[in-house]
Amino acid sequence: MTEPVVEMRGISIEFPGVKALDGVDFRLFPGEVHSLMGENGAGKSTLIKALTGVYPIDAGEIRIAGEIRRLNGTADARNAGIATVYQEVNLCANLSIGENVMLGQEPRSALGIRWKALHAAAHAALERLGLGALDPRAPLSSLSLAVQQLVAIARAVQRESKVLILDEPTSSLDANEVANLFRVIRRLRDEGVAILFVSHFLDQVYAISDRMTILRNGRYEGEFLTKDLDRTALISTMIGKDADALRSIAARRARHDGEPQVVLSATDLGRKGSIAPTDVDLHRGEVVGLAGLLGSGRTELARLLYGADRADTGSIIRAGKRADLRSPRAAMRSRIAYSSENRRDEGIIRDLTVRENLILGLQTKRGWARPIPRREQDELVQKYIGELGIRPADPERPIKQLSGGNQQKVLLGRWLATQPEILILDEPTRGIDIGAKAEIQGAVAALAERGVTVVFISSELEEVVRLSDRILVLKDRRKIAELVNGEHVTADTIVAVIAEDAATAHEETEA
Amino acid sequence: MKQFLQHRAATLPTIGAVVIFVAMIAYGEIAYGRILQFSTLSNLLINNAHLVILAVGLTFVIVTGGIDLSVGAVIAFTSVTGVLLANAGWNPWLVMVLMVVIGGAFGLASGILVEYFGVQPFIATLAMMFLARGLASTLSTNPERLADDSPIRLIAAEWKLVDGPKVNDLILTPGVLIAAIVVLGAWFVLHRTRLGRTVYAIGGSEPSALLMGLPVWRTKVWVYVISGTLAGVAAVVYTARLGIAQNITGIGWELDAIAAVVIGGTLLTGGVGYVAGSVVGALVLGLMIVLITRDGKIPPEMTTIITGGIVLVFVLLQRGLSVVRRNP
Repeated sequence: MTEPVVEMRGISIEFPGVKALDGVDFRLFPGEVHSLMGENGAGKSTLIKALTGVYPIDAGEIRIAGEIRRLNGTADARNAGIATVYQEVNLCANLSIGENVMLGQEPRSALGIRWKALHAAAHAALERLGLGALDPRAPLSSLSLAVQQLVAIARAVQRESKVLILDEPTSSLDANEVANLFRVIRRLRDEGVAILFVSHFLDQVYAISDRMTILRNGRYEGEFLTKDLDRTALISTMIGKDADALRSIAARRARHDGEPQVVLSATDLGRKGSIAPTDVDLHRGEVVGLAGLLGSGRTELARLLYGADRADTGSIIRAGKRADLRSPRAAMRSRIAYSSENRRDEGIIRDLTVRENLILGLQTKRGWARPIPRREQDELVQKYIGELGIRPADPERPIKQLSGGNQQKVLLGRWLATQPEILILDEPTRGIDIGAKAEIQGAVAALAERGVTVVFISSELEEVVRLSDRILVLKDRRKIAELVNGEHVTADTIVAVIAEDAATAHEETEA
Repeated sequence: MKQFLQHRAATLPTIGAVVIFVAMIAYGEIAYGRILQFSTLSNLLINNAHLVILAVGLTFVIVTGGIDLSVGAVIAFTSVTGVLLANAGWNPWLVMVLMVVIGGAFGLASGILVEYFGVQPFIATLAMMFLARGLASTLSTNPERLADDSPIRLIAAEWKLVDGPKVNDLILTPGVLIAAIVVLGAWFVLHRTRLGRTVYAIGGSEPSALLMGLPVWRTKVWVYVISGTLAGVAAVVYTARLGIAQNITGIGWELDAIAAVVIGGTLLTGGVGYVAGSVVGALVLGLMIVLITRDGKIPPEMTTIITGGIVLVFVLLQRGLSVVRRNP
């Protein structure tokens, strides 16, 4: 085998109170796609940041192309031929495509930047990725996010990088865009670039990577050839326990009995441009899944139920009385809680601590004039940290230092603290790792058993099917079906329902 | 059309400023006469050269998404210092250089506060504004008159290029020439150097610029140094023309300059803007005063109200365009 282009040995990084990485080894060969796997908080980002010079390492050594290097700052890493493309597109939307590719590397003469040469060089870099059709003079803002991401890769490889790090590059892409990205990745791999790929989507990891390194709790768990490691083995190595945990949830949900008690009944609930008039009944202790493709109206329906948007039509009967949910506060008063899909902007408040984030919901419900006593706060926080398994279990840590999955658990705790009877969770498991996912799913199932009604929205149909008692299928901003869950219902059933509806809609237009 | 708007949205407000400027000239010519002639246009340039220079400096700062409130006060301090030193017998050329350097030093201080101490640009330059104003007042609270034969006044020497009838002369001064050089230099820096492109990148997204490995910190300090230095240059040009320096000179000029930049199409949130737009913006403000004076019936107090109205219209226009840009 050839020499590794990156070899990290015994890397340790410590933050106050936490050992983020503990003696981790990692190697990366030219011409391979290597996935870094692990739960959130396992140390993947920390390892990447060590390799990109963002964090200094406390112990261990980093060899690049055989030479020991100390990376102090991102500039060092870049000069060593390591380029990174982050989850969010880090380009300047106000500049042209070509400029974004070439910023900091502009060809110059005595008369300043040579724009023609710049655009030609940018075109060449784009061409290399098969993006020759893009006009380097057009503004970056004219491109979709997915293409902007490819432009970011063009920028990264324009400098003859030997190592390309892709950190969650597919999290906001659809299937076609992912295929496009993979074509670009394979092209670069065949040119001998070493690619470090990080993603939560197991399918994608298996589709693209040649090898993987697994981390858990900041420790090295091993390096495997992708073809030698099946998914079950991968998952149990990642979470260090049996993947059967996931299955038992489904089993628990299967038991369901008693006379259904309607807690909320919406008739003809709709809002122009967001969702067509829809009937929804929610029963006590039931998990209702909202399934549908992105943009099918799942979030829109949830927002109407919560009063975040005002309905134009229809009415809501809540606990036998007509309810006028004009605002989130009104919904909270009738004990409905909504956790947004947009965790970062509408959920957590980054600079506040876990405790402060957790009590926010309850405080809002009580009103600002009645502050929650500190002792009660601490009790609440301790309770939910324990119940939901929030890690690290430190209430005074700013929430931004937690991984996505743990942030989501704090948000869940925030709404649970308000003791809702109806809890709407919009994409609570998006972008979080499989272990945290299982824990959140477990929490949802436990809640339903205690009599809370949960409206569960997720893009992952398997997850909806696993958890829900009843599934509302949405498409093109209307409800097209309502399925009672059971043996016969699978993700494929839902896909079939959506597809059939498309067929009928097509026939209707033809007729 | 929509695509055109998206591709050209950055230049539209600037084009709008040019259209307004031309419309104002046309209106003035029709309503009052004697606008579109050498003497009026020469005076417009001569009287507003300092504002043009200030607006160019602020364009750098505002394109990065920052703000510089200190420039008016920096003019007061540097011009009082300059006149006092010149009258005390210092070499007038050295004095002028010193004025520019002092301006740059204030800018450097603002830049260091902003970049290395993490102070908000608004607060950092506000502090510099009070400091410079206070220092100017400790030097003198009286109008300091520059000797009529001081070489500094050469900056305002009038070169008659065309000797028209009825004093309709085309006149230039070295001050106007300096403003023109500043404008050209600024254009070169912003559009043809890496420093300039980094200025735009920072305005577009500072975190992105950092991750792209651009010298963000250095550049942000530089823009304040440029703004301060150009405030010093503006002080030289203005003092030479007026022949008097006072501690209350330049109150509110930072706001005039910001208004000029905004009218010229630069987004206050950064990332978008042109030097040429700021020049036109400054001239729009200057021309407005000429028109109000000519009209005679508009009370002079209306000047600020009209300025406010124009700025508002332009900001609303920019809002509208950025909505078009965001929702393709």
